[in-house]
Amino acid sequence: MTMSPNSATPAALELNSATKSFGAVTALADGTIEIRFGEIHALVGENGAGKSTLVKILAGVHQPDSGHFTVNGEHVSFRSPADSKDAGISVIYQEPTLFPDLTVAENIFIGRQPRGRLGLIDRASMHSQARELFARLGVPIDPDRVAEGLSIADQQIIEIAKAISLDARILVMDEPTAALSGVEVERLFAVARSLRDRGTGILFISHRFDEVFDLCDRITVMRDGAFIATHDTPDITVDGLVREMVGRDIATLFPKQDAAIGEAVLSVSNLTRAGVFTDISFDVRAGEIVALAGLVGAGRTEVARAVFGIDRYDTGTVLLSGKPIRAHSPQSAIDAGMGFVPEDRRKQGLVMDLSVARNVTLTLRRTLARFGLINAKDERRVAEEWSARLQVKTGSQDLSVATLSGGNQQKVVIAKWLATAPRLLIVDEPTRGIDVGTKAEVHRLISELAVQGIAVLMISSELPEVLGMADTILVMHEGRISARLSRDEATAEAVLHAASASPESAA
Amino acid sequence: MSQTLSPPVERPAAGRALGRTFVSREFSVFAALAVLIIVTAIINPRFLAAQGVKDLLLNSTIFVIMAVGLAVVVITNNVDLSIGSILGLSAFGTGSLFHAFPSIPIPLVFLIGIVFGAVLGAINGLVVTIAGVPSLVITLGTLYIFRGINNAWAGSTQYFIGNEPKEFGNLSVQTLWGIPLFAVAALIVVILAAIFMFGTRAGRDLYAIGSDTEAARLFGINVTGRVVGAFVASGALTGLAGVLYASRFNSVGADTGTGFELQIVAAVVVGGVAIFGGSGTVTGAAIGAVLLTTMTGALAALNVSKFWQQAIVGALIIAAILLDRILSVRTARKLRVSEARNV
Amino acid sequence: MSNAAATTAVARPVKARGTASRLFFGRNANTVYALLLIVVIASVFVPYFAGVATVSFLLIDAVPILLMAMPMALIIITGEIDLSVASTAGLSAAVMGVLFHDAHWNVWWVFVACIIVGLLCGAFNGILITAIGLPSLAVTIGTLALFRGLALVVIGDNAVADFPVDLTTFATSTIGGTGIPTFMIFVAIVVLAFAVLLHFTPFGRALFALGFSKEAARFVGIRVNRSKFWLYVASGGISAFAGIFWVLRYSSAQSDSVTGLELSVVAAVLLGGVSIFGGSGGIVGVVAGVLIIRTVNYSLQLAGLPDTVLTIVTGSLLVLSVIAPSVSARLKLSGEKRRNRALRAETFAT
Repeated sequence: MTMSPNSATPAALELNSATKSFGAVTALADGTIEIRFGEIHALVGENGAGKSTLVKILAGVHQPDSGHFTVNGEHVSFRSPADSKDAGISVIYQEPTLFPDLTVAENIFIGRQPRGRLGLIDRASMHSQARELFARLGVPIDPDRVAEGLSIADQQIIEIAKAISLDARILVMDEPTAALSGVEVERLFAVARSLRDRGTGILFISHRFDEVFDLCDRITVMRDGAFIATHDTPDITVDGLVREMVGRDIATLFPKQDAAIGEAVLSVSNLTRAGVFTDISFDVRAGEIVALAGLVGAGRTEVARAVFGIDRYDTGTVLLSGKPIRAHSPQSAIDAGMGFVPEDRRKQGLVMDLSVARNVTLTLRRTLARFGLINAKDERRVAEEWSARLQVKTGSQDLSVATLSGGNQQKVVIAKWLATAPRLLIVDEPTRGIDVGTKAEVHRLISELAVQGIAVLMISSELPEVLGMADTILVMHEGRISARLSRDEATAEAVLHAASASPESAA
Repeated sequence: MSQTLSPPVERPAAGRALGRTFVSREFSVFAALAVLIIVTAIINPRFLAAQGVKDLLLNSTIFVIMAVGLAVVVITNNVDLSIGSILGLSAFGTGSLFHAFPSIPIPLVFLIGIVFGAVLGAINGLVVTIAGVPSLVITLGTLYIFRGINNAWAGSTQYFIGNEPKEFGNLSVQTLWGIPLFAVAALIVVILAAIFMFGTRAGRDLYAIGSDTEAARLFGINVTGRVVGAFVASGALTGLAGVLYASRFNSVGADTGTGFELQIVAAVVVGGVAIFGGSGTVTGAAIGAVLLTTMTGALAALNVSKFWQQAIVGALIIAAILLDRILSVRTARKLRVSEARNV
Repeated sequence: MSNAAATTAVARPVKARGTASRLFFGRNANTVYALLLIVVIASVFVPYFAGVATVSFLLIDAVPILLMAMPMALIIITGEIDLSVASTAGLSAAVMGVLFHDAHWNVWWVFVACIIVGLLCGAFNGILITAIGLPSLAVTIGTLALFRGLALVVIGDNAVADFPVDLTTFATSTIGGTGIPTFMIFVAIVVLAFAVLLHFTPFGRALFALGFSKEAARFVGIRVNRSKFWLYVASGGISAFAGIFWVLRYSSAQSDSVTGLELSVVAAVLLGGVSIFGGSGGIVGVVAGVLIIRTVNYSLQLAGLPDTVLTIVTGSLLVLSVIAPSVSARLKLSGEKRRNRALRAETFAT
């Protein structure tokens, strides 16, 4: 680890070689981090690098399988979030959970409201304490209002106020800026800096390099569930950071086959939904894989959902093979030849309690019906055929799909769409939460689909996946397309810059 | 709204406006009550005669006490449909007590009624929390179980006012400074419950639980204990109402209190307690109960067929949840647009 | 007749072995075995239970519950509920009395009008729940009060009893010497129709998906709101039909006809293996659930318990039927987790 001028300050928190597995999936192979009092420490890494698992270990949500964990020099093992809180750690998640019906002041003090005469809550004192906290933070939030309807930025400030009132010495912020606007980010940073100056140790997780370099004193990089390095911020450049984050040979992992690119299958023009995305236009041609890249919250999934008809949009048109698709009607999108492999396999892609066979044939329920009745024999045959084609590993077609591994579940989702013989397949984070071996298999599958002439629109937060698979990359930033890159011009740096819209943006 | 101003400054203002709509929800029920009384009184002046008002207050008492109890449960995002049956058991139990022990002290009868109700409420609460199933289905079941027990117990027996000691029956006509004693009791219940819900940590926990049960659990609030407590409180208050019922009305028997649960649910939601929990006040529920009782009186005073009464109860329940929904959708839409401006 | 219905239902899926085995060993089958056990016990221990009269009395009271349980099962499978069924039946009974007695309508037109009233009641629920998005528990508890209140408004204190004798006799008649009520023919048709709808049509497939995950259902093009809306309309229509039967069977239409039957219907559906949280269940189980409730009630009636006390039994069955799965699920959970982990390890190994 690099020595730094302020290494004399004691470590507030130290996690060494922590591991965590869920079933067969290793989420964290080497969780290592050291946070000091009075510093802002950045944790960077791609999605799936193990950052969230590490945060959840700090928060007491997960218990590590092995490793060494000290807070304030003392060995700890948290059994619940409450233990973590008692040790002086406060975690602020991307979307805080407040009680919407309670006032701001109550949200800060719930369960430990100041009490006055007769043991009743002393509201005046509670509110003045809350007001004091906000004054200290320099943020004008009315402690009397209910939390319902507060912006995410304000909700985070309230969580910070709660942390201060709890005397938290260590503050963990998990991608706090993902949903914030420029002004709000500035305000959050001012608060973070003043806390640091008072001696709080802050762990800051972000995908935005400009923020990391602007705010943080040290930076720790993680990749594939393991610690890579910790740097003092002045000692490292954006390019160096990107190299450490990506750090592997893209070509070997993503054996993309060349596909003949044909006519436009999907044409989206001027799609807009107020407050979500603005003026989105693009084409996806037969045999082409188009990737939508960008940060979480940039509006990629929202665009795809609107195209497929899950959500409404305000203006714009969606054409499939030249024919307009009715807005807000997934069925007409499916009838026209679209398929959608959604990002949340467990909630959106599959009906977890239904059998493998039922899941595969759910998209075909109309075509399988003769005179309105589903032929059970046909249903079974189709399910078996597609499971076999995609090599879904399951004991029986009648087992509930919940018993399968993540990779096999994803194959079931893809199978159910391939069974409809789609012209366009939308895949949203196709390899999220899938082990490395099956990942390559899913990539091969998508590549083969393109070879067969299917147009593929892929949303992915994993840079190597985007760079390795896509023929064209559309980068989104705050609801707009900020860059269009062909396979040849696309580099990790160009995509990352466009996604965080830093000055060097390629757009 | 003032959303067009610079966003960071006007946020608190928007918040206060939001708070105001919730406050105004209670006031609007109160206003509706006032309008109802005034209009009825204009058409039929006898409606506001001293005896009429006294009857109105007396008749409200039982509903007000039950509504306060149910409101506590609904605020935790649960419901107790068995309260009509609990009232029946408590009322018939009171009659039976006096029948078996004619000289039993009256305060002891009240105590037994309250404890009896609390035990029945605890059964509901424990089954709901331990089994983790919707309280509506469980208490629909106990509605019939408790009623069945009442039927088995009472058979065709009815206890009339004459079976009870005179002093007990007289309670319902006694007044304190001209106000019926029962109404004073109800008022005390409302005030105590309001202080508890507004001013104690336990009370605020109930709101937090109704607002977001999972978050409350994560936060370390003892959800099970608090929810059981809410059911116990509701049962105890209903038990008290049952004793008062026995004193106030001519007879108690197997079917006493049948169908009350719907009226009380209506009172609570009309009084501004959100059916999804987390918001509303016991005071609002109490005003809702007075409104509903007044409506019954007003219908009679206005010569409207009494047959309309239940239909109106049903319509009010639906109108109240519809209104809550419209308000929350409107707030959500406003928010999406104002957030959009910030992007 | 109900035997015949059962055989066709069995005959169809034999083609596919998966469905057939599920029919004999699944949760549905367990409910059927429970029913058989209860019938055997009752025949041995309850005097006069084993006899043709039993079939007749037991089944005639099962008619309205069976009818209403069909749409109720589908609604609960989608994760919603309809507590207004008995009030809908009551309202249509009241309308029936008034149109026949006071307005002197032809009795067949009266039937049509009643069914339309039921469909409208269902559509009213459906609109509030799907188009406006209100929770079905709250809405239908409101309409439980509203529809019953409207029944009072329509018919008041009156009881209409002068329906054509041939119709009322028909309602209580039995098929030959079997003791099976003639009305069971209609019930069998409805049950069969709902069984086919739920288990053999695209719509039925969609309902299961819907009950587990609304979001997943939308991604495969299921029109969530439209499906639910039509279920409520069906529930209204069938409840009205049950109301008509009720009036003819008791030769009386009054404002409190069919009061409280929603309890038996919900209890039967849940006893029949439909999960209160939606997503699973089957018609065979629901039919068995209805018959269990009827058998238990009838046996206790024969044993001399008064009707009013029997609500304890129905209420307890309802509470047990919701608690049992959640308690057994908790007990199973640890075992299942272990099994799943083993299975996953196996899949990875291959």
